Amino acid sequence: MIHYFKSIGRYFLMLQQVFKSPQKRSVFRELIFKEIEDLGISSIGIVAFISFFVGGVVVIQTALNLESPLTPRYLIGYASRESLILEFSPTLISIILAGKVGSYIASSIGTMRVTEQIDALEVMGINSLNHLVLPKIIANIFFYPFVIVISIALGIFGGWVAGNITGLVSSTDYLTGIRTDFEPFHITYSLIKTSIFAFVIATIPAYHGFYVKGGAIEVGRASTRAVVWTSVVIIVLNYILTQMILGK
Amino acid sequence: MIEVTNLYKEFDGTPVLKGINATFEKGKTSLVIGQSGSGKTVFLKCMLGLLTPEKGGICYDGRHYGEMTEDEKRNLRKEIGMVFQGSALFDSSSVEENVMFPLKMFTNQPYNEMLERVNFVLKRVNLENVNDKFPAELSGGMQKRVAIARAIVMNPKYLFCDEPNSGLDPKTAIVIDNLIQEITNEYNIITVINSHDMNSVMEIGEKIIFLKDGVKEWEGTSDGVFRTDNKAITDFVYSSNLFKKVREAQLKEKGM
Repeated sequence: MIHYFKSIGRYFLMLQQVFKSPQKRSVFRELIFKEIEDLGISSIGIVAFISFFVGGVVVIQTALNLESPLTPRYLIGYASRESLILEFSPTLISIILAGKVGSYIASSIGTMRVTEQIDALEVMGINSLNHLVLPKIIANIFFYPFVIVISIALGIFGGWVAGNITGLVSSTDYLTGIRTDFEPFHITYSLIKTSIFAFVIATIPAYHGFYVKGGAIEVGRASTRAVVWTSVVIIVLNYILTQMILGK
Repeated sequence: MIEVTNLYKEFDGTPVLKGINATFEKGKTSLVIGQSGSGKTVFLKCMLGLLTPEKGGICYDGRHYGEMTEDEKRNLRKEIGMVFQGSALFDSSSVEENVMFPLKMFTNQPYNEMLERVNFVLKRVNLENVNDKFPAELSGGMQKRVAIARAIVMNPKYLFCDEPNSGLDPKTAIVIDNLIQEITNEYNIITVINSHDMNSVMEIGEKIIFLKDGVKEWEGTSDGVFRTDNKAITDFVYSSNLFKKVREAQLKEKGM
């Protein structure tokens, strides 16, 4: 138990070093663009693929569960839209990104640690935490909301395609459903969650990578631990944030 | 001059350095030698501020490292060049980006000037036409030379090398040793090298410090290493068959 408290303390001490003013703004700007490419743009493909098919599955499952002839069919579109905006895109995509991006961050920083590249930065007089982690945090926080918006759009589109192919919901009913009782604040809620999850996805794996000791096997272990803990924190935060933002 | 006073460092209650005193002078190549586990790397890391000693101090030309603020420490580190045992090149950056990195971080030079400087130091370490290569595409000796180029690109006052020729063949090791010595003399810098390679001692060791179990067991010149009667150092130096034969020949010559 004490070990966990020590880790949490060390994580916050790490953040203290991370949030210092960058030493060279031009280099820092370059790093942010590089991280956007490495962490964000490279994730769009997998996010698009998953969102499209999950959107389709959500529509099929909702349609198959709404058996009553008294239930209007447009509710399939409504329910799919709500589940994609509120939960699937921000939370499940974040967990998927925790796996993809989190393992990348933990293993790349961990490898830098065990090959003395981080020591090399420190010897040069560079705040290595600030140099390595802050661009990742900024890239994630600013870019992931776009990824999630893409995910929502493609999920809804995938639902429309699946509804049409299977004939479970007509195009008119589906389009009516996705426009029914639209609450713009749900998008805001979704993007707030995403930004917080983006921060978690950048910092927890960075913590595990930065403090790794040993060699290749330990880097692998740190990467696994990073994905597990990032997912756990996302799930817990999802509950807390939902209660705080949507709870009455 | 770098002055190390009573340096003491322990890990989990086990002392690794037990009160080491040493001085390192300008324009000289000083070697810290000793067996694996003798405390050489910890000693170097304490000098660089990568590890904090429990006791003792390090003074860089009158500036006490322990009394410096974080900003002062960062500024001092800009005067330090370091060649790591495994080269520690940024593996996702090209040779040019690696060597240019300190210039980009700490100067406001335009790109062309930085490139000129990079090409100059690469040429100085006898590397040309490798700018676009990545570290993984280079041999061990070439990686070491890139690491040296990166270490000297900012014209450091202090150069530290942790086993710079480990993993290299004897011929390449001599090339690296000579390069370090030439740079030390040319730029009149303080160079401290960690090594357990006796060839390095013979080639470039102007001052030798021998560590054993975290204690400074002996200090002298490279000639002195082969003349001393200190048992710890003779056991270390003459542990290989080649040097044992050299020793026997020396003793024969002396009529002992």
